[in-house]
Amino acid sequence: MFSKKKKQPKDVHFGDRLFATSMRTVALGVVLFLVLITVFLWGTAKPAFQKFGFGFITSTAWDPVQHNYGALPVIFGTIVSSLIAILIAAPLSVGIALFLNELANKKIATVAGFLVQMLAAIPSVVYGLWGIFVLAPWLRTTVEPMLAKTLGFLPLFQGPPYGVGMLAAGIILAIMITPTVSSISREVFKAIPRSQREAALALGATSWETMSIAVLKSSKTGIMGAIILGLGRALGETMAVTMVIGNRAEISASLFAPGQTMASVIANEYAEAVSDEHLSALAAIGLTLFAVTFVINSLARVFVWRVTKAQGTSR
Amino acid sequence: MRRFLITFLTLIFTAVMFASTAFAATEITGAGATFPYPLYSKWFSEYQKVNKEVQINYQSIGSGGGIRQFLEKTVDFGASDAPMTDEQLKKSPVTVHHIPTTLGAVVLTYNLVEVKGDLKLDGEIIADIFLGKITKWNDPRLVKLNPTLKLPDQALMVAHRSDGSGTTNIFADYLAKVSPTWKEKVGVGTALNWPVGLGGKGNEGVAGLVKQTPGSIGYVELIYAASNKLPVASVKNRAGVFVKPETKAVTAAAANFLKKTPKKDFPEDFRMSITDAEGKDSYPISSFTYLLVYGKQNGIKGSNLVKFLNWAIYDGQKLSAALEYAPLPKELVTKIDAKIKKIEVTK
Repeated sequence: MFSKKKKQPKDVHFGDRLFATSMRTVALGVVLFLVLITVFLWGTAKPAFQKFGFGFITSTAWDPVQHNYGALPVIFGTIVSSLIAILIAAPLSVGIALFLNELANKKIATVAGFLVQMLAAIPSVVYGLWGIFVLAPWLRTTVEPMLAKTLGFLPLFQGPPYGVGMLAAGIILAIMITPTVSSISREVFKAIPRSQREAALALGATSWETMSIAVLKSSKTGIMGAIILGLGRALGETMAVTMVIGNRAEISASLFAPGQTMASVIANEYAEAVSDEHLSALAAIGLTLFAVTFVINSLARVFVWRVTKAQGTSR
Repeated sequence: MRRFLITFLTLIFTAVMFASTAFAATEITGAGATFPYPLYSKWFSEYQKVNKEVQINYQSIGSGGGIRQFLEKTVDFGASDAPMTDEQLKKSPVTVHHIPTTLGAVVLTYNLVEVKGDLKLDGEIIADIFLGKITKWNDPRLVKLNPTLKLPDQALMVAHRSDGSGTTNIFADYLAKVSPTWKEKVGVGTALNWPVGLGGKGNEGVAGLVKQTPGSIGYVELIYAASNKLPVASVKNRAGVFVKPETKAVTAAAANFLKKTPKKDFPEDFRMSITDAEGKDSYPISSFTYLLVYGKQNGIKGSNLVKFLNWAIYDGQKLSAALEYAPLPKELVTKIDAKIKKIEVTK
């Protein structure tokens, strides 16, 4: 195609075609990149999976000296810290989105919305430092003793209050994913046609009833999608978590206890991992994390797609 | 349009060609340990003033990464806090020389606000603290070592490195020598399966945990503790003397190791551990850090690398003290000099 048109005296479409080709290359490059990452991870992780088999995911040992690797404590740490984050961030973010979209006047909504967005721009290492110097001491001296006193009968709030630990990691993550969840929730709310709200109001619904009937109910799947995207971000977050989680690969019922996540164990140990077994085990954890985030992001896509499609037809 | 593109590309091409010929200085690249990085970067910039035709680029990616890149020959030299193991040396098709460049030490820092005076510790007690066997500050064994201090009835919180680290390796190497339980249960490595405690990332992470948590104890690099003025414990050495961690006590540990080790036992390849060294003035948790160099070098690059090594063990040592690194003992420098002469340089 190229060579044929080359001979024409003036090729007015050359720029267009050049642009299209280069964009296509870039787009396919991303896919290729994804494949290459998987291939690389699989290649490095293979020895660990071969040696430990399925036991890699169910074993609780993590001993680089004895070359005994099991990922269960870090998988546990990743899931628990992310769940804490979601439990805190989901109601907070949906509340923010509701307020900004439905209640606040335009000026406040613009300013507050911008500030929430700004949270996403703060580097995670800064969150980590804030965690070490502000959040952890506050948790140690105020929050954790109080929780132990009032809810100490639950195994969740037992043990010495260190400050750093699973709870601190969950709170940091909650703050970090709030902008993601709230801005996507806002988009979902915006997709709901005005007529629906007006209909609710016309039927005599109060402001709260309008929000619950017309807005929240019909955007359930969309909110789920937003939460899952936030969860995806929480699962992979490394730096801030590493700085406040206490970095111990153990499974404890208490939220005060230290933990370790998949991302943080890789960040911690990769640079000084010398033996092939250790490297392979870390790559295997990378692959597991990759798989988990991939699945979760796909789920979120499906949710959001379903809600936008449903709205599209109802309009 | 096309003509414009062609002109543009030609321009870029000539610019690149011109740039690469304009700066024809020999570039030597290395990668590895983070611990000596401040000293190395000072060395490389100082050395460039002495020998203008050389530019040394160093990436502090960690000892593990340094050894890997060195074995894969993607760098001209590697750097590591711990010497390479026999297993790793087997992977290398060429001879590898370990060149000690400076000394480091691990110190114990703690947070006891009400206690005035210096804390004293010995190897077994340190091991038992980090094994989780000693859990209170007023443990009878701690009180016995520190009769003058009023140690509180407070829980001990252990802080350790969460990232793989040469510092951890030195610390564990020392503990394995003084405590059989440690050797059996935990062992030696850059990343360990810690029985107790919280992990902090990097020296600053551990120091942060200790600073924030009353009743805590942790270990950091001597340089880090010295430059941040952290409270540090004196440690009992083999001769039974409590020694404060200072650069001169670290150099002394290396010098005493040389003096006290019989000639037949002295490792000619310098792969040696000087923790728990003999001698009254030795600080027991000390260690070398190394540059890894191929036995055969060629061309201008090779001869310049050898020149640099010679400069580092003599003139370079004078720069150590200002940065809180312990200089190499003179007796060792002569031995290293002889070793550097053995590096083959072909034109």
